Amino acid sequence: MTADVIVVGGGIVGAACAAELAARGMTVDVLDAGGIGGGATAAGMGHIVVMNDSPAEFALARASRELWLALGPQLRERDAFSRCGTLWIAEDDEELDAARAMRDAFAAAGVRAHMVDRAALRESEPSVSHAMQGGLLIDDDAIVYAPAAAQWLLASSTRIRVSTGCAVHSVDAAGAHARVTLANGERRTAAHVVIANGLAAPDLIAGLPLEAKKGHLLITDRYPGTVRHQVLELGYIKSAHHARGTSVAFNAQPRPTGQVLIGSSRQFGTLDPAVEMNVLAMMLARATRYLPGIGGLNAIRAWTGFRAATPDGLPLIGPARFPGDRLWLAAGHEGLGVTTSLGTAKLLVAQMLGEPLAFDMPDMNAFCPQRFAPEHADG
Amino acid sequence: MAERVRVIIDGESLDVPAFATVAAAIAMRGIRGTRRSVTGEPRAALCGMGVCHECRVTVDGRAHVLGCQTLCRDGLSIETTR
Repeated sequence: MTADVIVVGGGIVGAACAAELAARGMTVDVLDAGGIGGGATAAGMGHIVVMNDSPAEFALARASRELWLALGPQLRERDAFSRCGTLWIAEDDEELDAARAMRDAFAAAGVRAHMVDRAALRESEPSVSHAMQGGLLIDDDAIVYAPAAAQWLLASSTRIRVSTGCAVHSVDAAGAHARVTLANGERRTAAHVVIANGLAAPDLIAGLPLEAKKGHLLITDRYPGTVRHQVLELGYIKSAHHARGTSVAFNAQPRPTGQVLIGSSRQFGTLDPAVEMNVLAMMLARATRYLPGIGGLNAIRAWTGFRAATPDGLPLIGPARFPGDRLWLAAGHEGLGVTTSLGTAKLLVAQMLGEPLAFDMPDMNAFCPQRFAPEHADG
Repeated sequence: MAERVRVIIDGESLDVPAFATVAAAIAMRGIRGTRRSVTGEPRAALCGMGVCHECRVTVDGRAHVLGCQTLCRDGLSIETTR
């Protein structure tokens, strides 16, 4: 065996899994076809955010955010970890009601959240449009530069060995071993293989229902103080669940450099990484509605990335094909991969070692990869 | 003799020829570093033709204005970050 566990994919999820396995005393071989944190990990915003879409995801995000908050002080300056909080902005009474409902759900789960009225919104975020009615502040949400954090996690133990530029052709498992065949024909064996390569996971495990959701981001020059929290429109939650078509939602993040990182967009059915000016224009028009002065800022770069989404929006975490499989999945986190990476690693390793999970999880089967298998679909 | 205008650089007045660029006015003042890079290194005008963006200064309260592409006019306020 080359290692106790082979992790395919060195994004934030694979890196978190490798760090957790190594922390439990296992040797880990991490393989990435490109570089560390070069896929969705590098394309996203690195927003560590608790959302209460479903009980299972809420529990995972909440536990994972706690792990990030504990890790934060150890991270380096270049990891750009900042507990800036999330400010969800309400445009009208309907959205204020939605914010109150979120606050109540968060309070019930012990997540700090409080309503911000119109005056307090102007006070705390002077650049936000005065037409906005208020919002909900989640104090303990944070941001991190995920590609750097992935490198940090992989360097956290000498038991982790990393191979970049190392494409995997196939995986299989038989008896007491799991095996990886590299694109160059080389074979590596381990007790377990964790597949954490996002959208490329269906290349290794046939039939995985992962779909790409393209997103655009744009970053400005340095304008310190333009926004102080990660600010999002409450409509983001609705937009994030659109199943087809192109949608945009306002989302802006204060980088520690003073730059403003602006999102967001969602598109289906395309794998073309080109920046589309019409989509970028829609996204910035939406941002201008919330930050009217944003047109006066210089943009320095725009880019795209692809979220790996499952049909129900929840990640695939667990044995890949059947209970007891030596092939494991940790993929399909869509837009929450950075947030839930550390919790995903705990969840995966607890299953692998047959140990109880260190945090509350209302539905242990919510992330089970087999939930989309045909025999389950028949119901 | 060319018409002259008065600009304010970091709070101090300076008379310069009308249509001098902001970058030229800063050079006349003798300021050598006009902003700081992300890592804190001094930066100043380099290409003089709007390409390198090293000459960015705050003009009339607007950050990141290209000094080499902005003409001086009377009362213009220029702020550097030294």
